[in-house]
Amino acid sequence: MSGEVVPAGQPLLEITTVREGMFGTKGSGDTSGFGGLVSVVPVPEASHRPFGGYFDIVADELHAALADYGTTPDKAVEKVVIADGEMTFHVHRDELVSFVRALRDEPGLRFEMCLGVSGVHYPNHTNKELHAVYHFRSITHNRVIRVEVSVPDSDARVPSIVSVYPTNDWHERETFDFFGIVFECHPHLTRIQMPDDWQGHPQRKDYPLGGIPVEYKGATVPAPDQRRSYN
Amino acid sequence: MTDTYADSYETTTGRVYTVQGQDWDTIPGLAEGEQERITVNMGPQHPSTHGVLRLILELEGETVTEARAGIGYLHTGIEKNMEFRSWTQGVTYVTRMDYLSPFFNEAAYCLGMEKLLGITEEIPERAQVIRVMMMELNRISSHLVCLATGGMELGALTAMIFGFRERETILDLFELVTGLRMNSAYIRPGGVAQDLPADAEAKIREAVMALPRRLKDTADMLVDNSVWLGRTKNVGYLDLSGCMALGITGPILRATGLPHDLRKSNPYSGYENYEFEVCTQNTSDAYGRFLIRLAEMEQSLNIVEQCLDRLQPGPVMVEDKKIAWPSQLSIGSDGQGNSLEHIRHIMGESMEALIHHFKLVTEGFNVPAGQVYSAIESPRGELGVHIVSDGGTRPYRVHYRDPSFTNLQATAAMCEGGQIADVIAAVASIDPVMGGVDR
Repeated sequence: MSGEVVPAGQPLLEITTVREGMFGTKGSGDTSGFGGLVSVVPVPEASHRPFGGYFDIVADELHAALADYGTTPDKAVEKVVIADGEMTFHVHRDELVSFVRALRDEPGLRFEMCLGVSGVHYPNHTNKELHAVYHFRSITHNRVIRVEVSVPDSDARVPSIVSVYPTNDWHERETFDFFGIVFECHPHLTRIQMPDDWQGHPQRKDYPLGGIPVEYKGATVPAPDQRRSYN
Repeated sequence: MTDTYADSYETTTGRVYTVQGQDWDTIPGLAEGEQERITVNMGPQHPSTHGVLRLILELEGETVTEARAGIGYLHTGIEKNMEFRSWTQGVTYVTRMDYLSPFFNEAAYCLGMEKLLGITEEIPERAQVIRVMMMELNRISSHLVCLATGGMELGALTAMIFGFRERETILDLFELVTGLRMNSAYIRPGGVAQDLPADAEAKIREAVMALPRRLKDTADMLVDNSVWLGRTKNVGYLDLSGCMALGITGPILRATGLPHDLRKSNPYSGYENYEFEVCTQNTSDAYGRFLIRLAEMEQSLNIVEQCLDRLQPGPVMVEDKKIAWPSQLSIGSDGQGNSLEHIRHIMGESMEALIHHFKLVTEGFNVPAGQVYSAIESPRGELGVHIVSDGGTRPYRVHYRDPSFTNLQATAAMCEGGQIADVIAAVASIDPVMGGVDR
């Protein structure tokens, strides 16, 4: 999984996640060889027009509107992905607030409701380990879109959109609590679910689940994160 | 004996006294130029906070000047736990989130997973109808708890007794169909866990016939009750723009007059085939939400009747044996157990069937990599699930956008400036379920 297998001049495959092994066996217990299996999940590729459905209308409206909100499509939108019948805008974090302001205020878009932010941690997605995923619903036009912002773990800052969508207050606190993504300019970014003095951010992939082995009728069942996993 | 916590200390904004009750006389009077500001911790163990909700109220006399909700007391890490179980096992976790509407949690999760698997179109008709029927029965039982606990919190104890009594008839139906009264893990990826038992249709029909009259008893007791009107009218006011800004959905949004219901605007599980109305009010207050819940129960009963008429014999699980749960249950001499016929088949007749059974039960199935957002209309509003798969046999990330969590943010907007007694009515009208809020 290194640059050596990639021909010169070709870009490295950008991957989000890596799954290893197959039957959960490692070391000498694995006589099948499947334990050495590595499957990678590449970053979804950008989609091309036509996107289909209302996705083209949303893209057109955004393209025309973004200039009025202090940004441009080139600056704000990294790529657009259409997958599983859903539309995802990958947006640069610096342009996020202008972008969502356009989503909310532009008459042709009118995404009145933000459905909160969810974090996803991809430890193998180099320099884009942490993703903040927003969903927006337009009741006027009956549409839903997704906006994804990826930031490096070493600099996990995403601008808060509470000033545009006050509903994101608790959602951003939750994502901060669980992933350690710092939402800048949030009015009071404190932990919301975990105790105030908790160490670490529990939903990150490098945070262990915890648990103890359980004895039952003479046999011992290991903790869930220690059990054999079938990838 | 002196209480070590009931003490006073100096802060930058003045002297702070901690009192716990029956010790108010220990506080000396205010000095010249000092102002009194009382902060009350209501909950997390308080009978009228709907579970373990902590309200931090700042009072001026009986007027609330600032209200903040403290949550997290019921956080159990369900989303994290799911990342360590198979996709099917996830159902037993999500059903425990919002424990008053388990079928909705299961349905939202399964619909999202089915979208990733690309089998949305292959879910058998009978499974779809059963799902809708269970969800609508669940909507009634959930609204009944809202009325019951809401009534209890405002002192209407008969409403509580009536509400829980009526809910019992529905929980009996759940027990009959799924084996469990709550947390049934009944809706599974690809369909439902088990077909309806032979007498279920008759029992459900019987309950649906009996419930309207009994619901009317509850309604008659409260709808024109002057005390109830006094406690809920113009209380917990939140208008449409407030709802939009705070992302509020469900009865609270519909009480502002906006007929937004995902069952109508984005039908799932075949809701487009049922006739029902989206109930609205235009009072934007706790009383309007109460009326909406009453009306929605009627509509749900109506949908359940339509479900019973639509039920046709057929499979309740997808054809695809790579996804359909292999194990079958049946009623044995000792109650419920594994189907002997199925065991005979895998142990005595077919090696392939045994391998399939073993693989699916221990390892589960792979879900193609990707992410989806699936949303349904739960009794409390938009219940959304963001599911991420890395192509493995376990969810990579599951996030619930629980309506209780989002709606509870309206506490401050609804309560500040009102009386402390109205905080109770306002929070009750939000109908937060802490299992869903904290997950």
